[in-house]
Amino acid sequence: MNIINIEHIAKIYQIGTEKVHALRDVSLRIDKNEYVAIMGPSGSGKSTLMNMLGCLDTPTSGIYEFNGVNVSEMSDNELANIRNKEIGFVFQTFNLLPRSDALHNVELPLIYGGIPAAERKERAEQALVDVGLKDRMHHKPNELSGGQRQRVAVARALVTNPSIILADEPTGNLDSKTGEEIMLLFNEIYEKGNTIILVTHEEYIAEHAARIVRLRDGLIESDKSVEKRYIPSMNK
Amino acid sequence: METFLFEFKESLLIALRAIVANKIRASLTMLGIVIGVTSVVLMTTAINGIDNAFQNGISALGSDVLYVDKYAWFSNRDFWAMRNRRDITMEDYEKFKSMAKLPLAVAPSISSRQTIKYGENSVENVFVNGSTSDYLKTTNFTFNSGRFYSETESKSSRQVAVLGNEVASTLFPRGNALGKTIKIGGVNFTVVGVLNEQGSFMLGSFNPDKRVYVPIGTIFKYFKNRRRNTVTIEVRAQSPAMVEDTKVEAIGLMRKIRGLSYKDDDDFSVNQQEALMNNYNTVVGTIQIAGLFITGLSLFVGAIGIMNIMFVSVKERTKEIGLRKAIGAKRRTILGQFLLESSTICLMGGFIGLLIAIMLSLMINQFLPTSIQASAVIIAILISLITGIVAGIAPALSAAKMDPVEALRYE
Repeated sequence: MNIINIEHIAKIYQIGTEKVHALRDVSLRIDKNEYVAIMGPSGSGKSTLMNMLGCLDTPTSGIYEFNGVNVSEMSDNELANIRNKEIGFVFQTFNLLPRSDALHNVELPLIYGGIPAAERKERAEQALVDVGLKDRMHHKPNELSGGQRQRVAVARALVTNPSIILADEPTGNLDSKTGEEIMLLFNEIYEKGNTIILVTHEEYIAEHAARIVRLRDGLIESDKSVEKRYIPSMNK
Repeated sequence: METFLFEFKESLLIALRAIVANKIRASLTMLGIVIGVTSVVLMTTAINGIDNAFQNGISALGSDVLYVDKYAWFSNRDFWAMRNRRDITMEDYEKFKSMAKLPLAVAPSISSRQTIKYGENSVENVFVNGSTSDYLKTTNFTFNSGRFYSETESKSSRQVAVLGNEVASTLFPRGNALGKTIKIGGVNFTVVGVLNEQGSFMLGSFNPDKRVYVPIGTIFKYFKNRRRNTVTIEVRAQSPAMVEDTKVEAIGLMRKIRGLSYKDDDDFSVNQQEALMNNYNTVVGTIQIAGLFITGLSLFVGAIGIMNIMFVSVKERTKEIGLRKAIGAKRRTILGQFLLESSTICLMGGFIGLLIAIMLSLMINQFLPTSIQASAVIIAILISLITGIVAGIAPALSAAKMDPVEALRYE
């Protein structure tokens, strides 16, 4: 079954007296354990599409089904619930709470999910171990390198076992070597059976994905499966 | 319920983290509330204290005593009109006493301000009260030592004196006043009795502790001209229930003694402690309202401080709010987080303010009677909680309503 099923969605913003068609008519299906990159120049509507996919925003028209449930007409609270349980966000700017340590940052989505403290701690610790930060759990973001911060953010995205990982320019604030390391981490996550949607404007980042969707002017320009770039795993 | 408790606990933890993360800012904001709560509590306590002191003091005067006087204590009537009234003379008193049937006791009273000396010690401006031995029956006096002057001493205007507690302890710091000869306005008097502490500072010159009691004849002999001074006739009713009847009788008797016709107005006044009380209540009521208004104002300023800092805090954490919403925080969770933050700051401020107020009132208690009451504690806590919620609601709502997309994009 499709995790994501988008049919003819459009999003129109009213800016002053002008109507801006951020998305005109987009249809998209994403299956379980796909690795999709969404690409496009700025103004192509890729941010709008990502917000839509992440249930941060609802379409002006069209249908968006997530795991078979129509989310296009959900209330704020229901959307918050979907975001909490089903979606793991990774942002370009990491968006960690600056005054909390790595462990608390990773626990955060579990708090909003109503998970009891003991289980929360256990799961957050496991997620941090999984991203290779076993010995950095009690470091605050400013005591971590950029790559480590993004690893904390990835752990935070994974900790709820979401249906999709939604990464918005995850390497945009990292140097290319660290960026590669993060992409390698996504690779591992993908290989464990997760579904990843990557939003980027950099070709060499998109090459990690198995499918590339290109947007232009609020429409899908192309949607192709590609040969996944081989990354020499550091573990092997 | 369980989810509510869970959310409450987690929101409280988040709020506490935010407060700890901004210690200086939070404590400065708290200071406003501390000052506000301290002043409100102190004001309530002070008013209560003054009130208690007055009530205690006035009961020493006796609620069943009437004061037949040339002047009304509290009146809208022209002072000059009262000044032109005839004096109340000792003859008026004698007639009144012989004709009155209802009172428990009737005694004349006149006072004169004198300096009192014993050896090196002296007290200035003491109200020396002259009366007869019946005066004792118009009071609730109790004696530390000795007795009141007797009927014989009173009739023969013997130079004997009964000292109020405060006067006695000033003149005789080591006690033993009985039998000593003191000088009142330069005239020798023998001390025959010392009173227990009676009244309170609230009564001012009415306070028996600051007075000296002598036979009325000695006042006329040494300090005041009998022909040119008015006396007060103090009339004690048999019981508080009899006060009204006794008053009616007193007015009738006085009119008869003065030979007033039915057309004439009273040329005397019958005063009651009640008048003192009413007047006092008006004054205290005004002080109360003014005091609470002023202290309330300082609390209000504190609340504005909180609101301001909460708005700054929400603005500053826009991105954080966006993130929290993105990973699943609901509107009410965000609302709760900020409301709890402001209420926690206010409650902490309230507790500190209360502690300071209690300590200050213990210190002030050395000079003025104050009393912290359980109600003041509850009021302080409630006030600070309400302040926190009221000051926090607008910023918290603005945080809860944020669009996650916009908030995440905020730099």
